[in-house]
Amino acid sequence: MTAPRQILVIGLGNDYRGDDAVGRVVARGLKAIGADNVRVVEESGEGAALIQAWKGADFVIVIDAVHSGGAPGSIHRFDAESQPIPSSFFHYSTHAFSIAEAVELARALNQLPAKLVVYGIEGKTFDTGAGLSLEVEGAAAELVSWVGEELRTNSRSQRSDAEDRRDRP
Amino acid sequence: MPSAKKANLMNKTRTIKVDYLARVEGEGAMWIKIKDREVAGVKLKIFEPPRFFEAFLRGRNFTEAPDITARICGICPIAYQMSAVHAMEDACGIRVKGPLRTLRRLIYCGEWIESHTLHVYMLHAPDFLGYESAIHMAKDFCDLVQRGLRLKKMGNEIVSLLGGREIHPINVRVGGFYKAPSRANLLQLAERLKWARDAALETVRWVAEFPFPDFEQDYEFVALSHPDEYPFNEGRVVSSKGLDIAVREYDEHFVEEQVPYSNALHSVIKSRGAYFVGPLARYNLNFNKLAPMAQEAARAAGLDPECRNPFKSIIVRAVEVLHACVEALRMIDAYEAPEQPAVEVHPRLATGYGCTEAPRGILYHRYRIDEEGVILDAKIVPPTSQNQKTIENDLWKFVPKYLDLPQDKLTWRCEQAIRNYDPCISCATHFLKLKIERD
Repeated sequence: MTAPRQILVIGLGNDYRGDDAVGRVVARGLKAIGADNVRVVEESGEGAALIQAWKGADFVIVIDAVHSGGAPGSIHRFDAESQPIPSSFFHYSTHAFSIAEAVELARALNQLPAKLVVYGIEGKTFDTGAGLSLEVEGAAAELVSWVGEELRTNSRSQRSDAEDRRDRP
Repeated sequence: MPSAKKANLMNKTRTIKVDYLARVEGEGAMWIKIKDREVAGVKLKIFEPPRFFEAFLRGRNFTEAPDITARICGICPIAYQMSAVHAMEDACGIRVKGPLRTLRRLIYCGEWIESHTLHVYMLHAPDFLGYESAIHMAKDFCDLVQRGLRLKKMGNEIVSLLGGREIHPINVRVGGFYKAPSRANLLQLAERLKWARDAALETVRWVAEFPFPDFEQDYEFVALSHPDEYPFNEGRVVSSKGLDIAVREYDEHFVEEQVPYSNALHSVIKSRGAYFVGPLARYNLNFNKLAPMAQEAARAAGLDPECRNPFKSIIVRAVEVLHACVEALRMIDAYEAPEQPAVEVHPRLATGYGCTEAPRGILYHRYRIDEEGVILDAKIVPPTSQNQKTIENDLWKFVPKYLDLPQDKLTWRCEQAIRNYDPCISCATHFLKLKIERD
C-alpha cells in the first residue's frame, strides 16, 4: 500500500467583499474535516503568490468566486490538465493576475501541479461588507461536502482498481 | 490607388478606441479621435468608481490613517502608509530618525522592487517584444519570466518581513512600527537580496535592448529631492523647470481639476499645466544620488543622466529596482535594532503634510486633526492623478507619427504609451467627487 496522496487546498477571496469570500469559506469548511494528508491555505488570489503557493504540490484544489453571468450559486469545475481556465470568469485585480492567468502562466513555465482542479462558485454580489448571499452560502456547503468526499477518497491508501469500482456509486 | 478613393481616406474621421485598457491597474478606457489626419481629441476615460476615502477618513483617529489609506491600493500600500504617517507626524511635530527611519526606507525598497518588477516583466515588456500578454511571452521566455517572478517575490518578502503581511501591511504605525525586526531577522534577507541585485542588473541589460520609439517631449518633471539620498520619504518637491518648495507648500502650487469624462481628478501646476511624476522624474532630478552600480548600469544601458523619452521608463524602473536592492543591502548591513519600535506621538490641533515617492511618483497627503487626534479633513493626491494630463498630451503628440499604421497596431502603440506611466487607476479614483454622471 502506498502513502495517501498529499493534497493542497487553496481558498481564494476577500472576506469583506460579499460573495468574494466564498473560496475562503469553503477552505475553512474543508480544514475542519481534518484529513492528515490535506493542507488547507487561504490566499487573496494574486496570481504570482498562487504559483509560489502550489510549488512542489502534486494535487491542488483551488476554490474561488466567479463572475460569469451565470445563476448565483452555480458551481463550475475546471481541470487545468485538460482545459484552459477562462479569465473572463475569474477577476482578481486589473494589475495583478488572477487564478486563471496564474494557471496559464504556470502552464507556460511548466510549473503546473500534476493535478490542479479549480472550482468556481458563481457569486451574486461583490459589494463591500462581510457575509455571503443565500445562494452562495448554500453552494459553499454543497462544495464542502463534494470536495470533502473527493478528499476522503484520496486519503485512503491506494487500493486495487476493482475495489474502487465496486465502491463507487 | 484611384485618386478619388485616396482622397476619401485622407478625409476620413477615425476613432481609436479601447473600451477597457488591459495591463494597467484599474478600470480605464482610451478614446482618440483623428480627423483629416490630425488628432482632434484624446480622452483617458477613467470609469473606475470613485471611492470616497477623503470623506470617510473624517472622524477617524489619526492613528488609523495608515491602515485605512493602505486599502486604496493593493500594489502600493506602503506608499500610502508612508505618506500618511509622515503627514500625521508633521502635524504632531515629530520626526522619526535613526533605525526606524532606515526601516521605513527599507520597506519602501521592498515595494519598489515588487511593483516595478511586476510592471517591467508582466505588464510592459510584452509590448516591446510584440506579445499580447506575459503568458504568451512566458512560452518563449520561460527563464526570463521566472526570474521576474522571483525578483518580484524578493520585494514581497521585504514588505512581509517588515510589514507583517504582503498585502495591506499591519506593522506600520504613526511613530514607527508595532514590532521592529532584529538584526538577525534582516540578515536572513541578505543572501537572496544579493541574488536579486544581480537579477536586477540582468533586467536592466535585458530591457536596454528593447526597440524604443523615437519620442521625446519637453516635460516638467516633478519629484522629491533630498541632499543625501535618492528620495523615498523625505525631501523638497522640485521640478525640472525651477520649482523648489517644501512639502507643506504643495497646495499653493498644484491644483486638482475635474474633467467630465474621468472619475479621477487631473492635477496641474498652477499657471503652467501638465507635469510628469514617477521613475523618470526621480531619475532626471536625482541621478547622482543613485547607487554607483545603478548609475553605471543606466549609462551602460544607453541612458544619459537626463532622459525625456517616456518609453525608456522601463529601463529606469529596472535601474530603480537595482538601486533598491543595493540600498537595501547597505541598510541591512548597517542596521542595529532600535530600543523602541516607535516614538511616542501626541496629537494636537494642526495640519500635517506628507509627500513620499510611491513607485509611480509623488503621493501627497494632507490632514487636519484636532487636539484629540480626530481627522477633520483629508486630501490625497496619488501619482496617477498627477500624470493623467501628461498621458493625454503624449497621445496627442504620439499618434500623428504613427497614423499610417493599421488600426490594431496603432491602438496597441497607444496602449503601450499609456503603460509607460504604469498607471494605477484604483489610486487615482480614491477621491470625493460631489457629482457623479452616469451614462
